[in-house]
Amino acid sequence: MAGPVLEMRSISKSFPGVKALSDVNLTVAPGEVHAICGENGAGKSTLMKVLSGVHPHGSYDGEILFEGEPCAFKDIRASEHRGIVIIHQELALVPYLSIAENIFLGNEHSRRGIIDWNRALGHAKELLARVGLPEHPQTRVADIGVGKQQLVEIAKALAKQVKLLILDEPTAALNDEDSRKLLDLILEFKAQGISCIIISHKLNEIARVADAVTILRDGRTIETIQVGEEGIAEDRIIRGMVGRDLDHRFPEREPYTGEDAGEIAFAIDDWTVFHPIDQHRKVVDGVSINVRRGEIAGIAGLMGAGRTELAMSVFGRSYGRYAGGRVELNGTEIRTRTVPEAIKHGLAYVTEDRKHFGLNLMDSIGRNISLSALGKVSKRGIVDEYAESRVAESYRKSMNIKAPSIFAATGKLSGGNQQKVVLSKWIFSAPEVLILDEPTRGIDVGAKHEIYTVIGELAAQGKAILMISSELPELLGMCDRVYTMAEGRLTGEVQRADATQESLMRLMTRGKAPDIEQGTTE
Amino acid sequence: MSDVKTEESLRPAPTAPAPGGGTPGTLGLLVQAVRGNLRQYGMLVALALIVVLFQFWTDGILLKPLNVTNLIQQNSYILILAIGMMIVIIAGHIDLSVGSLAAFVGAAAAVMMAKDHISWPVALVAALLIGAAAGAWQGFWIAYIGIPSFIVTLAGMLLFRGGTQILLQGQSVAPFPKGFQKISSGFLPEVGPQTNYHNLTLLLGLAVLAVSLLQEVRGRRQAQRHGLEPLPVGLFLAKCAAITAAVVVFTLLLASYHGFPIVLLILGVLLVAFGYLMRNSILGRHTYAIGGNQAAAKLSGVKSKRVVFLVFVNMGVLAALAGMVYAARLNAGTPNAGINFELEAIAAAFIGGASASGGVGTVFGAIVGGLVLGVLNNGMSLVGIGTDYQQVIKGLVLLAAVGFDVWNKRKSGS
Repeated sequence: MAGPVLEMRSISKSFPGVKALSDVNLTVAPGEVHAICGENGAGKSTLMKVLSGVHPHGSYDGEILFEGEPCAFKDIRASEHRGIVIIHQELALVPYLSIAENIFLGNEHSRRGIIDWNRALGHAKELLARVGLPEHPQTRVADIGVGKQQLVEIAKALAKQVKLLILDEPTAALNDEDSRKLLDLILEFKAQGISCIIISHKLNEIARVADAVTILRDGRTIETIQVGEEGIAEDRIIRGMVGRDLDHRFPEREPYTGEDAGEIAFAIDDWTVFHPIDQHRKVVDGVSINVRRGEIAGIAGLMGAGRTELAMSVFGRSYGRYAGGRVELNGTEIRTRTVPEAIKHGLAYVTEDRKHFGLNLMDSIGRNISLSALGKVSKRGIVDEYAESRVAESYRKSMNIKAPSIFAATGKLSGGNQQKVVLSKWIFSAPEVLILDEPTRGIDVGAKHEIYTVIGELAAQGKAILMISSELPELLGMCDRVYTMAEGRLTGEVQRADATQESLMRLMTRGKAPDIEQGTTE
Repeated sequence: MSDVKTEESLRPAPTAPAPGGGTPGTLGLLVQAVRGNLRQYGMLVALALIVVLFQFWTDGILLKPLNVTNLIQQNSYILILAIGMMIVIIAGHIDLSVGSLAAFVGAAAAVMMAKDHISWPVALVAALLIGAAAGAWQGFWIAYIGIPSFIVTLAGMLLFRGGTQILLQGQSVAPFPKGFQKISSGFLPEVGPQTNYHNLTLLLGLAVLAVSLLQEVRGRRQAQRHGLEPLPVGLFLAKCAAITAAVVVFTLLLASYHGFPIVLLILGVLLVAFGYLMRNSILGRHTYAIGGNQAAAKLSGVKSKRVVFLVFVNMGVLAALAGMVYAARLNAGTPNAGINFELEAIAAAFIGGASASGGVGTVFGAIVGGLVLGVLNNGMSLVGIGTDYQQVIKGLVLLAAVGFDVWNKRKSGS
């Protein structure tokens, strides 16, 4: 065999305040399917963006050799020109254009600016046959399912004479049937000599198609494992993915001592949600969990596990299409069909995406804090601005929100301080149950510790806390109990004493095997 | 509702703000306030400059009592529309139908009074209800069905214009009872002994002055009581002096002609009421929250559909009121009433500080924006600039005002 088709040598990439990649190496042999594994935020996507020119040459350190030649891609077009094509998790198709138009978008068969439709349609037909998609090239992309759209993306890559195909979590949005087809297609391409990099955290999927696995953790290469006859070393992969450094300590927690301690405060029972657009895809599938008074229960899961979707659909049906399930507060069923209803019953949901779902960035700290419980600072529909300012001021002090004043716009604050505003807002709404979705995402270590302290205090006051997080050390450090989810299902429940990063990761990667029939899927 | 203090115990030992502490220096606050509302203060200054400019250019005609009264009466209906439009834009929507709706309601009122001889107060109330119904119709499609407001109100623009022509059968319908005409062209009645001034206007001016000064003092006391740092005494007195001067000059101007126009009274009430509602009511807050970030507002428990619906009902009522003021001024319901009113109202809102993405703006700003346009119209007509050039200049002013704002925001990096 000739030399490697791709070599990435000691790649380092920094963003302001964060080192995303340091000294990463990756080698892909010709005709190889190479899997990249790692937790959320390990640097997988950043590495692929470096490779495809999204982060242009010069914005990173290290060198890239493709087919033995050094590369300096300044944008995606440059890398595509060499035959490196990346297919992102969120498909980049134009829904109201036809399949053929999408396949050749930016790459049209034309003469002097006029498109030659006969050639384009003929070529499209050929490409669709290669990916095994029996659709007419003039069908609108919006009219076909996600699985088929994925195939259109691949046909688009073939049209660009792809030599190295990069797939970012290609089966995350697909059902079993479509996943199986896609993996078969990857193997077929391999036979044709097309190399492939696949980012995935489904170990069974990797076992089926990959020849080698490279593990990333905290922006570093941990190791590259060749997949032999005897299959993949699952334990080794899991050990490599976890084991993040405990870079901060967790505050001591005082246990809740109220007389109702240990009673189940909040329970979700057999909850099922369908995808808002893809009618047949269960994003959350029969999940049952509960939280006791004064307890912090965690939910661990990788991308696409359905954690946020579960939380948002319980909180006022804010995500997807509800398809069954009950919510109980202190043993009685409650209705949470709208957000005001959920709030009225003492639920609070602190979003993972504070900029889009948590804050009005144009408005002040004070007005953001009071928004979900304006009634508490109002009389007969009129807001008492002094009472509001007093409340905001007290939270600014107690939560240590660093800002010139409570009148400052939240858009000007740092991530940590924005998160404190969102937390203040929900604490002010006086909930019994707090669902915290990635409460420390993207904030600095100091602010993290402050937020952990606040969460501990809330639990000590007898609140029931459900904490969703992608950082296993955080879950192990804060939670009394951790649930794990994968592909919309609950895959485990582990007591704190029994939990390790490895045991959780094992449960988090326990997906449905696409090549094994699962009996009934209800 | 429930007492705030009990809820503060939620967080362990939240320290109450120390009196006088916790806020930055006065000057800092002032700078902050001015910077935060640069567009609005900027437009207020621009309005003053435009007034001074035309005052010289027209050899003092602009601020003659007769012309000031005219200015108010000519622009009243646009200002009424601008108040409603500002709220619609704050909520992140737009309403293109207000001109047609104003015409439609004016026509309905005309038919009721001139053909069916219904007494004018009854017709007035009925017309406002028609406006509310029209607003509810549009609000329903926008808020509950989810059709973009641009489309719904574009349809409304055609619908109500057509409705107007059907109602009037292509002809003007007139005349109106005297009482109705006074809505637009009437003045407060003459009372008391013969002075050179209009007595009731003087009294009203005095009352306005007293109330606004009282408010200032009360606000200052309240701020002190709540431990906020008030303005320094010097600045506070300067502010009071400025208010006094403005009210006195304006009152004397009006009192030396026919007195206080009834339509100005209507406008004043609307300005105070809607200004207060948008600033201090839960509904107002929710409107800003929806325009600022609809997803976040929804997840915070704001009933966004209901709020958007009510915003459009309100716009319908205000459009109806504007339509009647206009009809009363013409003393007729005409098929071509209200053409381009929506554009003037939208321009006023944007000049007055609205943002195309919603979430920003004040009712006061809408009035300032409307007055900038009104004074430009009036001043340019007085110096004999043709309507062709007037439109060009107004277009450039709109572009410059919004362009300045965009540039300023980019500069401050937000």
